[in-house]
This record gives sequence, C-alpha cells and structure tokens, in this order.
Amino acid sequence: MKILVCVSNVPDTTTKITFTNNNTELNTAGISYILNPYDEIALSRAVELTENDNGTVTVINIGEINTEPTIRKTLAIGANDAIRVNAKPRDAYFVAQQIAAVAKANNYDIILTGRESIDYNGSQVASMVGEFLDIPSINSVKKMDVNGNTAVLEREIEGGKEVVTVNFPFVASATEGMAEWKIPNMRGIMGARSKPLQVIEAVEVPINTNYISYEQPKPRGQVNLVDNAEPQKLVDLLHNEAKVF
Amino acid sequence: MSVLVYVENAEGKFKKSAFEVVSYASEIAKIAGTSVTAISIGDVQETNLAELGRFGAKKILNVSSEKLKSFVNQAYASIIAEAAKSENSTTVIIANTFTGRGLAPRVAVKLEAGLVDGAIELPTFAGETLTIRKTAFSGKAFVKVELTSKIKVITLNPNAFKLIESGLDASIENFAPTVKDSDFKIIVGEIVRAANKVSLPDAELVVSAGRGLKGPENWKMVEELADLLGAATACSKPVSDADWRPHSEHVGQTGIAISPNLYIAIGISGAIQHLAGVSSSKVIVVINKDPEAPFFKVADYGIVGDAFEVVPKLIEAVKALKSQN
Repeated sequence: MKILVCVSNVPDTTTKITFTNNNTELNTAGISYILNPYDEIALSRAVELTENDNGTVTVINIGEINTEPTIRKTLAIGANDAIRVNAKPRDAYFVAQQIAAVAKANNYDIILTGRESIDYNGSQVASMVGEFLDIPSINSVKKMDVNGNTAVLEREIEGGKEVVTVNFPFVASATEGMAEWKIPNMRGIMGARSKPLQVIEAVEVPINTNYISYEQPKPRGQVNLVDNAEPQKLVDLLHNEAKVF
Repeated sequence: MSVLVYVENAEGKFKKSAFEVVSYASEIAKIAGTSVTAISIGDVQETNLAELGRFGAKKILNVSSEKLKSFVNQAYASIIAEAAKSENSTTVIIANTFTGRGLAPRVAVKLEAGLVDGAIELPTFAGETLTIRKTAFSGKAFVKVELTSKIKVITLNPNAFKLIESGLDASIENFAPTVKDSDFKIIVGEIVRAANKVSLPDAELVVSAGRGLKGPENWKMVEELADLLGAATACSKPVSDADWRPHSEHVGQTGIAISPNLYIAIGISGAIQHLAGVSSSKVIVVINKDPEAPFFKVADYGIVGDAFEVVPKLIEAVKALKSQN
C-alpha cells in the first residue's frame, strides 16, 4: 500500500493570534509552529496501516524552508520519505494543484489530509485533490479500515455518521477518532535525520483569491454576574433581556 | 446569470441551513440585479421544494432520482456544475456543512472558480470582485478574502445569516443532468443519526460541560437542561479525550467551531483553544466555581458557583418558565 499524507505547518494551538503591517499579515513573532493536529491523525493512521503490509508513507508539504522541522517530525513519527514543494501555500487551490501534480506522477493508493488546517480552516484541499485527479474524496473520516484494495470509512455527518465503501485510489480527510496521536520515540527521531526529504519547485496555478486583511474579534462587555443562590435570575435575563429562548 | 444555490436535504427534508443559504443568495441576487435558482438533489416532495420560494428562490431545479438519494460528492458536484453552466451563474452558494465542505471544492475546480469557505456575512462588491469576511485561526481572528475569478463559489456558515422572507412563488422544474457512471465510485452504506437530538454544528442553543463535572455519570443534568431548551450538548477536549463524551461533541480549536445564539459552558475553565471554537457564539453564559476562570472574561452572563448546585436550580427555573408559556 502506498499512502501520501499531506501536511501543514500551523501556529501552535496555544498561540495568541495578532497581525502586523496594517493588519495585512500574521505577526509571526513569538509563534511556534506545529504539525497540524488533524494531519497528525492522518499520518498516524497511515503509519499503522503500512506497518502491517510493508507499505510506504510519503509526506508532502507545501512550504518554504522554515517548515522542515515539522516535516522531520513526520519522518520521526514513521513516514518513509517526504516531499517539500518550495512555495508559500497561497490558498487551497494552489496547494491542491501541487499535491495533484505529485500524485499524478506516483500512483498512490490513498491520499490523506487532515479535516482542516487550524489556521485557515478551509477544509478544501482533500476534495480539490480528488477533483483534480478525478477520484473519490471523503471528508471528516473518523474511522478507516482497509482490506485488500478496498477501504471502509466512517465519515461525520450532522448529528451522526455515514459508512462509505471505496476502492483505491481515493482521498480522505481525517478527523478525531481515526487514530491516536503517535509520539515519536528516540529511534524515530534519530532515523528521521537520514530519511529522504526531496525539495521540488511549484507548478504554476492561476490566482483566484487574495487574503487582504485580518481583524481580531471585538472584546465582549463586562460579564453580568448573577448570584449563585438565584439561578432563576439568569433564566429571566436570558429570556427577557438576551431573548435567546 | 442567476445566483445558484444548492439546497441540502436530510431524508427529504430541508433544515434551517438550507433556508439560510437561500436567504443569503437572495440578498446577493438583489445587489447583483438578478434572481435565485435553487438546485435540490435527492427525493424531496414538491410541497417542501415550494417552501424555498418563501426565502427568495425564483426557480427550483429538482433532480429526483433513486440513484442520487444518498450523497456521492463527485456526482453531486457534476450536477451542480452543470446547473451553474446552464443557468449562466457566476455565483454559487452552498452551506458550510459536512456535506457542503465535501462538495464546494469539487464544484469550484469544475467551474475554475475561486472559493471562500465559511462566509459569515454578505460580500461587498467592486466590479467583478467580491470581498467576503470569514473566520480564521479557528475563531481567533477574521480574514477578508477577495474573489477575483469570473465564477465564485461561497459556502455560508450555519447560524451566521438570518432568514429573510421574500414570499416568492417559485417555479419548480425537473432537471435531468448527464450523470457519468465514473462519478459513482463510492458506495454509501449505513447512515446513523441520533434520534431526537439537536445536531451540534447547526444548533441555535448549546449546553456544554467540562472536567468540572467530574465524570460521565454526571451528564444527566446537562442533557436534561439541553432537552428542556431544545439545545444540543457539547463538551471540552479533555472530556472527549477521556471518552466521557463522543469526539463529535468536542468544540474548540481542534474540534468543531460553532456560532450558536446561546452557549452555556458548565465547569469549563476556558483555555484559549476552547474559546477559539466558541467565540462567535452570540451570547455566552459561564457557570464555574472558580471566579478566576478565564472564561468569565469573554462571557456575557455568569454564575460563580458549584455546577451541582446551580444546574438543578436552572433546570427548575426553565421548567417554571416553560409552564408559564
């Protein structure tokens, strides 16, 4: 089994997000970057699946040289090799085109992404890659089992789940439940240094979107504290003042 | 040139998010001086389809076929793209639901369109360019995105746009798209939906609880309060990590981001990752015994007190209110 896992390098979840340059750019000062948590779930499942059948896991990232520590982490977790497309990940369309170009040349059985990246939360890349390659794409997958060339997936739907059966090749985006996060061990970390990391140039893609400016949420007013002996006052305020029920 | 909107159904019925996207499309059509065409795929009764007119659909393209009853995103995307071409639509609107997220990117690629996911308000127009505001960094910020392509695809967040009644009398046409066999490579099997439960991503009211509840056995009062209010239940990450509650209830930066009218947080301290996922809630209520809990800083209402004493009293108060009305 040959699996391609697409990963993003994103600000750590504990980061306070601020902007610079007249609110047109993310303020990267003091931000530490991590492997996108959903991509890490996808990677963990890919490593589990290929451990049993001598398969391979290739990781792909679209990013400049500063993403390499994150790529090395994926190799420490258990990916066999990695590809970095040397470019700023401008938008999902651009990223998906880069992945599709690599996938076309390599015949992967499964292409995995995270459900979304926790920076732009687009949830677009998996379906776009599927469309560029004209193969199925299944989103928000919380369980994935493989038998021969067939996979049975459970995907999230509003208020429940749906079971989908699909043959190779396909694209799936991973959400919580697909695998436990794997913590790299010392052997993995040492081995990661010598695993192949290939750097390639980006293919050209038309520009359809521009991210022009950012803002932070407006602060809320002072909290209205209700005496804990009189919770009915809260119900009264929610009903008559906030009018939410 | 009409604005095309895809209306998603669950077992033949439209949810509020479908009426929200039609209302949204209708406001865009007014600005652009055109009308709204809705496309429905699956098995929806004519009386249900006609309801879309109320929210501003002028024409409804109905694709009714046994084969298309379950959601196959490749086939659905082909149909929507074909409808967009036959309607000459330059704007396509889809709800930002699990289904919409699987569909919109494929539609965008087929139409060589730019895509903005999770819009939270109407776009602004400057010539051929649309600018749209959406949340980013999992609710920690907003970003304005310019769409410069000829055709634009926009997905709208649930609960972000109010329903607007236009009271149109929609015409319903059967639409027979060309469907390729190669678009049916997945087989949809069992579909499980929790009965009588409000689904979290599009819930208007949400009751959520955290580690302060001490154990899964104490969720009864959370569920009772939620049931009384017609609310969905949610939880913090430590709670789903400990398997006290399913992952599908986890709201926060690595869970679901929600924007209900009311979010009640019980025994949740308010870590930055949790706040990210709920900060666009319209009203936030925090119940926590620690007066220093960071959640109080972003709350509209709060009670400093023990959840095990406060929540049962809240339940009684809601019961009393419901019995008056």
